[in-house]
Amino acid sequence: MEPKPIYLDNNATTRVDPAVVEAMLPFFTEHFGNASSIHAFGSEVGKALKKARSQVQALLGAEHDSEIIFTSCGTESDSTAILSALKAQPERNTVITTNVEHPAILTLCDWLEKEGYIVHKLKVDKKGRIDMDEYKSLLHDRVAIVSAMWANNETGTIFPVEEMAELAAAKGIMFHTDAVQAVGKIPIDLKNTKIDMLSLSGHKLHAPKGIGVLYLRRGCRFRPLLRGGHQERGRRAGTENSASIVALGMACELAQQKMAVENTEVRRLRDKLEAGILSQITHCFPTGDVSNRLPNTSNIAFEYIEGEAILLLLNKVGIACSSGSACTSGSLEPSHVMRAMGIPYTAAHGTIRFSLSVYNTEEEVDRVIAAVPPIVAQLRKLSPYWTDKGPAANPEAAFAPTYA
Amino acid sequence: MWEYSDKVREHFFNPRNSGPLEEANGIGDVGSIQCGDALRLMLKVDPETEIIQDAHFQTFGCGSAIASSSALTEIIKGMTLDQALEVSNQNIADYLDGLPPEKMHCSVMGREALQAAIANYRGEEWSDDHEEGALICKCFAIDAVMIEDVVKANNLNTVEEVTFYTKAGGGCAACHEGIEEILAKVKAERPGMGETSPPAVCPATPEAPKPPAKKLSIVEKIAKIQEVLESVRPMLQRDHGDVELADVQGKKIYVHLKGACSGCMMEAATLGGIQQKMIEALGELVQVLPSSHMPVEA
Repeated sequence: MEPKPIYLDNNATTRVDPAVVEAMLPFFTEHFGNASSIHAFGSEVGKALKKARSQVQALLGAEHDSEIIFTSCGTESDSTAILSALKAQPERNTVITTNVEHPAILTLCDWLEKEGYIVHKLKVDKKGRIDMDEYKSLLHDRVAIVSAMWANNETGTIFPVEEMAELAAAKGIMFHTDAVQAVGKIPIDLKNTKIDMLSLSGHKLHAPKGIGVLYLRRGCRFRPLLRGGHQERGRRAGTENSASIVALGMACELAQQKMAVENTEVRRLRDKLEAGILSQITHCFPTGDVSNRLPNTSNIAFEYIEGEAILLLLNKVGIACSSGSACTSGSLEPSHVMRAMGIPYTAAHGTIRFSLSVYNTEEEVDRVIAAVPPIVAQLRKLSPYWTDKGPAANPEAAFAPTYA
Repeated sequence: MWEYSDKVREHFFNPRNSGPLEEANGIGDVGSIQCGDALRLMLKVDPETEIIQDAHFQTFGCGSAIASSSALTEIIKGMTLDQALEVSNQNIADYLDGLPPEKMHCSVMGREALQAAIANYRGEEWSDDHEEGALICKCFAIDAVMIEDVVKANNLNTVEEVTFYTKAGGGCAACHEGIEEILAKVKAERPGMGETSPPAVCPATPEAPKPPAKKLSIVEKIAKIQEVLESVRPMLQRDHGDVELADVQGKKIYVHLKGACSGCMMEAATLGGIQQKMIEALGELVQVLPSSHMPVEA
């Protein structure tokens, strides 16, 4: 019998919790109404949306439920936040971000540069940490917005966004955080921060795909991305995705209940997995700031082998995770996060991200610890950078291609 | 995840001829760890007959790089060196029942390793002129470096021209923004576009490439058209299609697309590719159209 597959790719997406599915299903059938309608079909939905909004508010620790704007995804929330800040403050032309952001931010910023805006991307050190002095030196009155992720999707490294927001606020600069990976995994209490805007995505915390939130602090100047109907108080037009909003509300409530488990049990399993792999395999190391990262994420670089090949062999034994290798993305360069941290190419192509959830078990972790070493050994045997005795003494010299 | 063929998966999971080859007398190293692909091909060649008696590989790379390496060693074993030099990257991809467009470079790397290994056996220098950029057109696996080179060499100005010359953009059209960016970049770098030039010096219509010294007679023209069609037929036939000339009316060349080419979603791109070759061969701008577009006789 095929062993049950093990899903360790929860930073990519998560399974929808059965309780969440149950909560949303009636909104496809008996509660199909449009929340804007005056009749009973509509008002039932209206009440459900209100409840969901308060459930999201509670998880984020937002002061008002009207600060929660439902969107279609994290990317939409990110775009809305940055474009709003630029539109609302035409006298400010600069965006500060980091060079390890998600493409939802980086690709947008690249486009903004082409449009004539100035974008400063903060560099990170070997552990993926930003230099706060560099950050402080960039805060000036032409900066429209700072956007920094709360936690990195590849390494789980946590940025000091609360402190960064304080510094921005002191200079009168808006602060946005892409918290898609952080929400539901670490406690957040927005009312006690200076964060003006925050993006979250439902499918990263056991809600369905196609639903996101932009948190918008009351009083923060705003210009909508989508104009049309009065939905979300005119800040995001378009008929509400009621079933998914209800689902997200439920998922937020569950995440709050499981926050302690995430930070104890999930963390313990992640640590066991990482230690189990590192103790058995030479020439591999965890990436990112291991002392300050999400409790569910472990990103390990396996030197002299390539990530996609590792993933295919893991998949063959029923283990699902992801890689920062170039080959999994169709680009020629390994992950921009690994390059930003200066991970050598000999390792950057072989990075594997294990991301757990509350659904993972001890037995699964034990199976992964047993499965990884033979896969790494098998691929190293094929590698021209590896010999029977370990890595080729000088990999660059041992393998000197005719072209590079 | 990629849609790999069963053959690719099989060669990846059970690679043939992997590991060092002690008696190798021809070794080709290509790729680099920066690119995430590196292949060492080792050949044992019989000096008398020049037959490849054994071939081994070591590869740092993804699933398709390992599968391509494995396939290559299987293909060339037993061949003479001259036969082996005829092996194209397409042969490697075909042997594996195809590769995703993003992964065709894996087969290219295989072919280059083969050339390098044979050059090494023969004591020759092998240099590679192949540079790879970011993949722009996923339908035809055309990268940025190739598009930029062709745009520069032929002074191209529009996405349509790029499609005629490279096929890029001739499929789903999703990459047109990327092609426009390359065009804008090259245009900005073009000499003569600086402060001394008046604005809008760029001709509205591109120059026809390399016009021949004299105008071709209609017979010469038809002969050249036939020559071009003959040159593309083997490529189409490999995909179980074919093409033949229907009519020539002024600058419009009508062709019958046959077999698998007829009704293929890539028809427009196939015609674009043929048109590019026609323009090069005839030295004038012509249009290649399917015979279904021929005006109906009055």
